[in-house]
Amino acid sequence: MIPVGVAVERVFRRESGAVLAGLIRILGEFDLAEDVLHDALASALERWPSDGIPDNPGAWITTTARRKAIDRLRRAATRGAKQASVAALIELEADERRDAMSRDQPDIADDRLRLIFTCCHPALNREAQVALTLHTLGGLSTGEIAAAFFVPVPTMAQRLVRAKAKIRAAGIPYVVPSASALPERVDSVLAVVYLVFNEGYYCATGPDGVRRDLCDEALRLARLLAQLLPERAEVLGLLALLTLHHSRRAARDHVLDEQDRSLWNHAEITEGIELTKRALSIGPAGSYQLQAAIAALHAEAPSFEGTDWRQIVALYTELARRYPSPIIELNRAVAVSRTHGPEAGLALLDQLGGSGSLDDYQPFHAARADLLRRAGQVEAAIAAYERAIAGAPNQVARDYLSKRLGELSEGLGGPLGGPSGGR
Amino acid sequence: MQYLLLIYANESAEAQVPQEQRQAMFGEWMSYTNDMKAAGAYVAGDALQPVSTATSVRLRDGERMITDGPFAETKEQLGGYYLVEAADLDGALEWAAKCPGARTGTVEVRPVMVFG
Repeated sequence: MIPVGVAVERVFRRESGAVLAGLIRILGEFDLAEDVLHDALASALERWPSDGIPDNPGAWITTTARRKAIDRLRRAATRGAKQASVAALIELEADERRDAMSRDQPDIADDRLRLIFTCCHPALNREAQVALTLHTLGGLSTGEIAAAFFVPVPTMAQRLVRAKAKIRAAGIPYVVPSASALPERVDSVLAVVYLVFNEGYYCATGPDGVRRDLCDEALRLARLLAQLLPERAEVLGLLALLTLHHSRRAARDHVLDEQDRSLWNHAEITEGIELTKRALSIGPAGSYQLQAAIAALHAEAPSFEGTDWRQIVALYTELARRYPSPIIELNRAVAVSRTHGPEAGLALLDQLGGSGSLDDYQPFHAARADLLRRAGQVEAAIAAYERAIAGAPNQVARDYLSKRLGELSEGLGGPLGGPSGGR
Repeated sequence: MQYLLLIYANESAEAQVPQEQRQAMFGEWMSYTNDMKAAGAYVAGDALQPVSTATSVRLRDGERMITDGPFAETKEQLGGYYLVEAADLDGALEWAAKCPGARTGTVEVRPVMVFG
């Protein structure tokens, strides 16, 4: 059985993002809001084990935290508080009266939307945006975020303190941006959510719980955004992309071409494909929609060989045209090797590698090793595998590459002098 | 809140601008300033003489040290400022983005500290 304290904390965390968002709106600052939320958690840990978890824990936490805020502000007021706190006090009390009259939750969704725009404001650096978003909307502790990003706890604490100080001192507003600023600001929010997901997805080495939590958290944030901004194609596109990646999670101890496709989550695939279609129907396809469309083609394919590589090449071509990047070109070259053979892919890789910008990018060497192997250029392939293994980001990648390298080396000593270029 | 918009530009590049274009630019700065005044956001603003006219002063152990030149040699130099009144950072960033100097140089936005 789960200890009561853990259960309370779990419910609390699930609800805390929304509650915190409302408190920040009213109080106009992060620190006091966090303090009273913490007070409310202490009360919950005291009361819930004996009283039971309330039917509407969110409402319970809101009410409790609001009372704690009123207490704190009253105490501050008697000491001669600033005008701002008095205004907050008045609003808190008005809010409480409103709540007593009607049981509806006032604009909780909007509060969270405002908060995510504040946390991802471009005036904050990306690291601060990520940390603040996970901390305030995700309810992750400083220690958890520090562990997930391999940063010492004091460093992460400092990062959060600085970010909150900048919000306060620079007057970063707590609002949903105006229509004219919205596209640019949504981009920043989506970039944060995507980064959080990728941190969890690509670096998860073995049973590392905290980092996998990042995927869940990112998916939850993407769902929330899609719920709050349902008409924005790129928001649905990101949710589609994350859902489709997530659907392969159970099979991720192998690389894509060796995954057991029966382990894929078919409910998530259906949802992801549906979302991709909806996103594409809304408007011009942005980067997330195009990537989701590629992920959808992989998800639909009966096997690695049976994948619609022609379509995938077309989508990568479009992506590369609209968002030029050597990484997209690399993926495109790999897809081309499936439609036009490894030599065609290698020719593209040689062009790409010429600039040297991918020299330190491990996936470049891994892709090159694979194409060289399939093209029968064994010695060059071995050198490329060695380079790719040296930079492998995790054990799964390392094992896979080492296995392939082993096969090649054996083949060298064999009678035929090398494997055939498997398609 | 008040924000200081610090306008940085590459002086040597600006010196290359032909006369007629300079006239047009002056007009843009004028209308920008007028827009700011009409919106009630303008508090103060000035253009500065080039950094070649700058003098830096330090007092060390009671002794005045006066040197020719700016505080720091940078690729873009401080060439002017506006002090604006805005509801929040987004409001100040709007003004910064509209500033003619933002198109070629950089506008640094700094909140003004309030005491008490």
